Amino acid sequence: MEIIKKAQAGSFESSDILILAEKPKDTKGRVIQLNSIVEKQYGEMILKTVSKVLDEFEVADIHLVIHDKGALTTVIQARMETVLLRASNNQKGTMY
Amino acid sequence: MKQKRRTMLYIPGNNPAMLIHGGTYGADSLLLDLEDSVALEQKDSARILVKNVLKNINFYDAEVCVRINHLDTPFGMEDLKEIIPLKPDAIRYPKTETIEDLKRLVTVMEEIEDQHEISHDEIKIHIMIETALGVQNVFEIAKLCHRLDAITIGGQDLTADMNIKSTKDGSGIDLARKMIVMAAKANKIDAIDTVFVDIDDEEGLRKETEKSKNLGFTGKAVINPRQIDIVHEVYTPTEQEIRKAYKIYKEFKKKRTEGIGVFAVDGKMVDAPVVARAKYTLELAHINLQEI
Amino acid sequence: MKNSLNRNIPEFINGIGKIAPFTGAWNKLKKGWMDEITISPPNKAKLPHQKKLTETLKEAIIKTSPKNGMTVSFHHHLRNGDFILVEAIKTLAGLGIKNITLASSSLNNSHSELIKYIKDGTITKIWTSGIRGELGKAISKGIMENPVVIHSHGGRVRAIHTGKISIDLCIIAASAADEEGNATGAVGKSAFGSLGYARIDSRYSKQVIVVTDNLVEFPCFPLSIQQNFVDYVVKVDSIGDPTKIASGTTRITKSPMDLRIAKLAADVIEKSGYFKNGFSFQVGAGGASLAVAKFIREKMLRKEIKGSFLLGGVTSYGVDMLNEGLFKTIFDVQSFDAQVSSSLYNNKNHIEISASLYANPYNCGCMTNKLDIVVLGALEVDIDFNVNVLTGSQGYLRGASGGHCDTASGAELTVVVCPSFRGRISTINKRVDTIVTPGESVDVIVTERGICVNPINVELEQELIKTGLNVRKIEDLQKEVEEIVGTPKPIEKTDKIVALIEYRDGTAIDVVRQLKAIE
Repeated sequence: MEIIKKAQAGSFESSDILILAEKPKDTKGRVIQLNSIVEKQYGEMILKTVSKVLDEFEVADIHLVIHDKGALTTVIQARMETVLLRASNNQKGTMY
Repeated sequence: MKQKRRTMLYIPGNNPAMLIHGGTYGADSLLLDLEDSVALEQKDSARILVKNVLKNINFYDAEVCVRINHLDTPFGMEDLKEIIPLKPDAIRYPKTETIEDLKRLVTVMEEIEDQHEISHDEIKIHIMIETALGVQNVFEIAKLCHRLDAITIGGQDLTADMNIKSTKDGSGIDLARKMIVMAAKANKIDAIDTVFVDIDDEEGLRKETEKSKNLGFTGKAVINPRQIDIVHEVYTPTEQEIRKAYKIYKEFKKKRTEGIGVFAVDGKMVDAPVVARAKYTLELAHINLQEI
Repeated sequence: MKNSLNRNIPEFINGIGKIAPFTGAWNKLKKGWMDEITISPPNKAKLPHQKKLTETLKEAIIKTSPKNGMTVSFHHHLRNGDFILVEAIKTLAGLGIKNITLASSSLNNSHSELIKYIKDGTITKIWTSGIRGELGKAISKGIMENPVVIHSHGGRVRAIHTGKISIDLCIIAASAADEEGNATGAVGKSAFGSLGYARIDSRYSKQVIVVTDNLVEFPCFPLSIQQNFVDYVVKVDSIGDPTKIASGTTRITKSPMDLRIAKLAADVIEKSGYFKNGFSFQVGAGGASLAVAKFIREKMLRKEIKGSFLLGGVTSYGVDMLNEGLFKTIFDVQSFDAQVSSSLYNNKNHIEISASLYANPYNCGCMTNKLDIVVLGALEVDIDFNVNVLTGSQGYLRGASGGHCDTASGAELTVVVCPSFRGRISTINKRVDTIVTPGESVDVIVTERGICVNPINVELEQELIKTGLNVRKIEDLQKEVEEIVGTPKPIEKTDKIVALIEYRDGTAIDVVRQLKAIE
């Protein structure tokens, strides 16, 4: 899947996660900036979850900025899927 | 045992915090909403979130229903495609107005179910009557298919459709309520009353719930978990009522084996309608009729 | 060495001395007396008609001959609106005093400025029941050489009686006082109600200063603090911020989660066998713990049950129940809002009590010994029913021992209420970070996903299962929550001890270690 435009999904609300995605500028590969209120406890697990979704959708190049407010894995997966579909213009059943 | 639907808790489908705790409030039924509580730009986001939540979140004993968007919108079809495979207990269809509406929904659902080898009677359908046309057609719609299990009245949208003010006593939608109940009763399915928006007005909620119970509604939609206990209290028979119903039903079973149809309990005549009411009380109290 | 809860406790701590390990809630107390020797209160004489009033707090402090290494004490009845403690420390620092042992009955968000005075050596030891905010974070990161000692409300009294906390100067903020030092918190623009935590200080401190922003004509009553224990009296413009001390009334929470848990807890109490005429009751000051009172009140009205006394930690909800005739008496060691202060002043059945009468086990029977039902909160609990109310999920000191272990030990039925997880942090864990209340004192833990009964209560568990409540094994609940939130990486600590947690009998129930700095 190719990331062709900027997109975001999720929110700053408690138990949610806000994910901003765009094509990486001047670099290739996956650039991920994570900011989480449970960094110490779950930072690693969140990155693993994010990577897994990127693998599933076969995303090679992406720049992600993530603000996590203690979202559960299933919520992270959902928001990742949403942002990837939006950023690759592959969403279905939307206004766009 | 028949699914209890005394309370149906509405949960906005794009709200993770509310979704993950949805099953812990004791509501009989949950409505994960992809429709009116989700902003137009977030329809895709909510759909994917609800899909994930259906897969991974434990809702314990609650019935899990999903309100999809109408098939006339750009969202409805995709909602069904993503949600049906996860087999929620029911799909709630908003703004049902004609039998064509329902037929169309059923056709789409069956197509998707066939693709995923899901039988056609697993997932129930609940319809929402939210327009005057819907009210007019409710009798026809209600008898259309056997997987239709409940009818809800959407008070907010209905008053908008009718161009009237929404009043606390609900006088404007009184006829609509009664027609919906009648259609539900005629087909022996549930009728669920609309939401009571003033969360802080506990007395008001109790009064309205009592009124709707007396009209024949079998449950009420709630928008905040704080409303659940009050509605349950109204729908829970008292100790006295249960004891009386138990007595009547027990006697009824006994007399039935003896071939007697009408008899007396505590000096009062008991015939078929009395037995039916006793049965209903016992069901509300969640007592297994087989064990009596 | 390991204590009976399998926590690693050092045998000796510099600045504190030899440490006795916790061996069980009643092991030391069942003896019937205390081995430790008690110290005598100060021995003084004062001639009649002497002036106690000084112009400023500084003047009063100077008159008490402060010196290096002194212990200075305060009460925390002013909660987050306290102006006096920091002012006093600033003054002492200004006089060049160093190595102070600070013995405030608790510390909170209004005391963050103390960080500076810890770093510069003004304060080198702390005895308190709780620490919060920036101060808590700083201490958790290790700014102090000597570990802080955390005690319960009852334990503080014992510590003063035995001279472990040997108070040189105590400064008592009062919302009304007269020129002789009779003082109260029940009236005045900064009224805060009961002065329960200060009474022991007034009797045992070598020097006592009463500070008030409301000097009244002699005599000031009620005599919460008596003139025969007071050396100096100071009038200031303001002892604190009334809006943060005690304003209005305490509202019952509207959080659906807290209300749900509270309702379940009330159902447990109703079916426990302890909910009957003449029962005594204590709840927390907010959240789910206070909300239980709302549901219990409804059940009391419905079933026509009248209680005997309310204890605490009192909020206006308790006062309403007293006024409704649902309880005969309130025993008040701390008043949480303005309506409570007013009731304390006006209602003879609303009685102010000291920390000793409230919770000190070393006497002929404190109030917690007579408690039937208590509802407490928790930051986390473990599968042995131990409770942590002190350190948060990030490892910071952000709570208080307070009356938790005191009330839990005394109550016939101890109910702990908490959500099974908060955000992504599990509340039900295999092992809590810090034990404040031992599992043997906890009877039931109520969460929104299940009710767990301590296995020692075989009959209670059977009873509750029979009533159809969602009773589960705590190990199962812990596993379920871990699956929901995922297994977290533990917070890293160093070996340095930053706090010693004392059980109410003076033994060491746990320690808090320093947070490892992130590179």
